[in-house]
Amino acid sequence: MNNPQLNKNGELQHLLTTEGLPARIVRDILDRAATFVNMAEGGEIKKVPLMQGKSVFNIFFENSTRTRTTFEIAAKRLSADVVNLNIGSSSTSKGETLLDTVDNLCAMHADMFVVRHAQSGAAHLIANHVAPHVHVVNAGDGRHAHPTQALLDMYTVRHYKKEFHNLRVAIVGDVLHSRVARSQIHAMTTLGVPEVRVIAPKTLLPADVGKLGVQVYHDMAQGLRDVDVVMMLRLQNERMTGALLPSAQEYFKYYGLTQEKLALAKSDAIVMHPGPMNRGVEIDSSVADGSHSVILPQVTFGIAVRMAVMSMLAGAK
Amino acid sequence: MNIHIKNGRLIDPKNGTDAMQDLFIAAGKVAAIGNAPAGFVADKIIDAAGLVVAPGLIDLAARLREPGYEYRATLESEMNAAVAGGVTSLACPPDTDPVLDEPGLVEMLKHRAKSLNQARVYPVGALTQGLKGAELTEMAELTDAGCVAFSQADVALTDTRVLLRAMQYAATFGFSVWLRPQDGFLARDGVAHDGEVATRLGLPAIPSHAETIALSTMILLAQETGVRLHVCRISTESGVALMRVAKQKGLPLTCDVSANHVHLSERDIGFFDSNCHLTPPLRSLRDRDALHAGLLDGTIDAICSDHTPVDEDAKQLPFAEAEAGATGLELLLPLALKWAGAGALSAALAKVTQHPARVLRLDAGHLSVGAVADVCVFDPEAYWKIEAAALKSQGKNTPFLGLELQGKVRYTLVDGQVVYQG
Repeated sequence: MNNPQLNKNGELQHLLTTEGLPARIVRDILDRAATFVNMAEGGEIKKVPLMQGKSVFNIFFENSTRTRTTFEIAAKRLSADVVNLNIGSSSTSKGETLLDTVDNLCAMHADMFVVRHAQSGAAHLIANHVAPHVHVVNAGDGRHAHPTQALLDMYTVRHYKKEFHNLRVAIVGDVLHSRVARSQIHAMTTLGVPEVRVIAPKTLLPADVGKLGVQVYHDMAQGLRDVDVVMMLRLQNERMTGALLPSAQEYFKYYGLTQEKLALAKSDAIVMHPGPMNRGVEIDSSVADGSHSVILPQVTFGIAVRMAVMSMLAGAK
Repeated sequence: MNIHIKNGRLIDPKNGTDAMQDLFIAAGKVAAIGNAPAGFVADKIIDAAGLVVAPGLIDLAARLREPGYEYRATLESEMNAAVAGGVTSLACPPDTDPVLDEPGLVEMLKHRAKSLNQARVYPVGALTQGLKGAELTEMAELTDAGCVAFSQADVALTDTRVLLRAMQYAATFGFSVWLRPQDGFLARDGVAHDGEVATRLGLPAIPSHAETIALSTMILLAQETGVRLHVCRISTESGVALMRVAKQKGLPLTCDVSANHVHLSERDIGFFDSNCHLTPPLRSLRDRDALHAGLLDGTIDAICSDHTPVDEDAKQLPFAEAEAGATGLELLLPLALKWAGAGALSAALAKVTQHPARVLRLDAGHLSVGAVADVCVFDPEAYWKIEAAALKSQGKNTPFLGLELQGKVRYTLVDGQVVYQG
């Protein structure tokens, strides 16, 4: 199976993962997003007709209010028609397969699918199946990838730090189960971030994680020392079962981001989180709401980045 | 019927034969090699010029999907696939529905297979009732019904005491126990090797020590009980190393590997190719190299197809949800040849004839005078493209789809009858 993200002209056909995404495309997306951010801040025009007459189907096999909403807003600001489907509660529970669902929606003349699914590889499967004029955006597949989240994170980093080539970045938390972490790592190595660290207990790191191009730390104090950017990961409550972690309290003590630990990072370090946050589990409220936090701007930039991705896909020949 | 196979290159690994010699078959048996026996009149002459004449292949693991999974494959389709692949004897694992844990089911399967007059089918009975790992099956009754060994198929036996007792009981009667080493807890929910690729793709993983921990337990219990243990589908470097040491100690162990694992690694998964979703998972390149070394030095006795026909719908799913397995009966010969290379045809054939026969304790897999005339005549040079239309099996699922492989079966004979001609 070839990497189906690019078409024969080298344009973005689908956005499935940040792995192997050419740096020029990443930079194009970030530049394009900047024009949408400026436009929204100007306050006058929020809506552009770049996707007029196109139908975007948000198909979410896993519940997510936030991500689905930001995609919906992004599509509407591009003047697309948006249909939201929470498949978790409909067809597949009646035995319909994933590709049957997709075929049915294609028959309704979908131009773009925004897909979230609990299984790694679901977006690739759909992208390999649909007709050439249909585009697929991966809004999160299992533990594999969440490329628009990583791209909005890159936008945020560039907004505050201007450059990538002089940064030291730490990703903290449940890397093993995190599609966000994987996509962030690939995006940063593509953009030339020289030092990416992951900080987690051994139970929350996948095998050979170093081969993704990161340095591994188990001690948060060491890992945070002199970093420019701290990317926190969400810790699902279910990780307290299955002998991965003993308790949320102990996790917070050793891997939760507090003011004291953050003080080890550079004085102008920024703190990011993909949301939704578990205050008091992976991050202390005083940090989440503090002066280093850029968590809310991430959300704002997220809409612009998703507009950039969708308009770029819609423009591919 | 008397058959004269002439002008062929006769390769019989067990007898150390590799020469241009004619083969004469009469009354279902090898009547003579080289010169015709006195008074021999051929009813049929097969011109094997440019072809290799070898013992019929013996496959230690081929799922025929009957009973229970007829929508995936039927005995008819898979028996056709077997002879099209030059396979004249095959062992089928007990993971049917219902499980092969009752003599009646085994007798029915044997009877159905026999009536098709194609490859010989050797059922492997369930070691525990329903493969549930709790109660023993009636192994002696099942043996009378035709079972050649007892196994858990791909179901891990997590209760070590049950494993010990199953081995003790089997050893009492001299039965063989075939087990695939995989710790059920360490492998739980896993679908890919715990390495670089699973990490990159975010796939739940199965570590190598899921194999070695289970294998260590099996070897220790086999030593304790004296049971004849056959280790199925070994996949890791450390597993091969454990087997090598155990064999050096002189334990009565044998071991096989799937043809897929001889050639493929985790990297072949690419972007979630569900045809590469196999059990055990495709492992690292290092592991694959160790499997090659194990085949070469005899640590691994046999190559099997691990034939598992899966319907298209069950593969058109996200990787972890897709059903594991690959069709393989028709690929066993070319994949064995590809392992050994053109210069070592006899070494390749030994892994799919002589040695699997030894595992099964069958007087088969050779072409001595007087032996049953199960024969595979193939063109070692011919390339063919692996595509759905080229496969007789109802399962079209294989990681080799779209590739060209060398080695094509021209004739398959069972009991001295031509059952396939291609």
